[in-house]
Amino acid sequence: MDFEFIRSYYPMYVEAAKMTLGISFIGIVLSIVIGLICSIIKIMEIPVLKSIVNLYIELSRNTPLLIQLFFLYFGLPKLGIVLSSQACAIVGLAFLGGSYMAEAFRTGIDNVDVIQTESGLSLGLTKGQVFLHIILPQAIATSVPVLCANIIFLIKETSVFSAVALADLMFVAKDLIGIYYKTDEALFMLVISYLVILLPISLICTWIERRVRYAGFGNTSTVSGN
Amino acid sequence: MQDSGIQVLFQGTNFLRLLGGLWVSLKIAVLSMGLSMVLGILMGMIMTSTNKIIRFICRIYLETVRIMPQLVLLFLVYFGSAKHLGLNLSGNMAAVIVFTFWGTAEMGDLVRSALISIPVHQYESGFALGMTKIQVYLTIIIPQTVRRLIPSLINLLTRMIKTTSLVVLIGVVEVVKTGKQIIDASRYTNPKAALWVYGTIFILYFLICYPFSRVSAILEKRLKD
Repeated sequence: MDFEFIRSYYPMYVEAAKMTLGISFIGIVLSIVIGLICSIIKIMEIPVLKSIVNLYIELSRNTPLLIQLFFLYFGLPKLGIVLSSQACAIVGLAFLGGSYMAEAFRTGIDNVDVIQTESGLSLGLTKGQVFLHIILPQAIATSVPVLCANIIFLIKETSVFSAVALADLMFVAKDLIGIYYKTDEALFMLVISYLVILLPISLICTWIERRVRYAGFGNTSTVSGN
Repeated sequence: MQDSGIQVLFQGTNFLRLLGGLWVSLKIAVLSMGLSMVLGILMGMIMTSTNKIIRFICRIYLETVRIMPQLVLLFLVYFGSAKHLGLNLSGNMAAVIVFTFWGTAEMGDLVRSALISIPVHQYESGFALGMTKIQVYLTIIIPQTVRRLIPSLINLLTRMIKTTSLVVLIGVVEVVKTGKQIIDASRYTNPKAALWVYGTIFILYFLICYPFSRVSAILEKRLKD
């Protein structure tokens, strides 16, 4: 292992990690927003929008992110829609993440007992008030573990962004392997970078999950896919 | 009328070539899934062990797999093995190794949670009837576990099929690579090929994964009722 090499090239990884984190952050926030909107549409059973949301969820969950990105990056310009690498990455992540977040919220909302809605309504609250003040807070609490799992999953998925020429961690690693043939050093730094990013998040998630479980919110056995 | 470019799909054997590429991805997914199922069941049984050290090692294995993006694992195996073990793994081989490594961990965790969800009295009744440990597992526990496992198993399979799209990045000639070749070949005759080719690949993946996810959703619902 050539530590001199690592020392001279680690700034590239730091830059790439910042890029990865930045894109992940924007993408995840967007996907939470999309997820919330979609889950509300599904729960409220708004006629036409509901079918559109269902179609979107199935499309996004059953296709790989890489293919979604290729379509955005190489396909869409042929229709005159040109997106930069960053824009593609963010749109792709939001498109993929939105459906996972929607499912997370929906299971959360489903897990709140019907009696809660009924009690709220019988107290004279409007449907909107019941949703906002009674259902949503409880639903969010139950969704937290799945939400956390989704966040980790989405950050992991960012590793494919190098395929659309985004200078992320994988991109830097591939570059260093290609140019200097420093395979060990490049891969070592790659693994360390992902550990540094994901380990704390994973630990925080486990901690939150335990807190939520102790607080007695619903069941945490809900499995999230990825 | 302006040329839409869709004819790229019907020129020569283009569409068949895409399907052939998809077949390569599917083979990798199915092979890895088969291996993961066998190894995962063993792994799950090991994970229920009462030995703390064994449980700790399993935990580390599981967390490693959960934290490292699959693409990183692919890079590690593909580039790492060439340099250190002097093995010239083909991309396909590396992919099967990585997906099995990943699948075994996920599968193990599924099996573990299914196993511990089976009430203790099921084991006890078996032993009380004078059955051996192996008999209890084979005839009582595993049949019940499998039933609970099937929905998540199918889920894992769709995830694996989706993830096989990554293998193009380590140079396997599968559906995306074939698509790229078609696009490159028709760069001058059909500048809009990329739109149709990637669109088709998108739909093809959807057509494969969607039925699985429907089945798994239906089974899950039935299990709940």
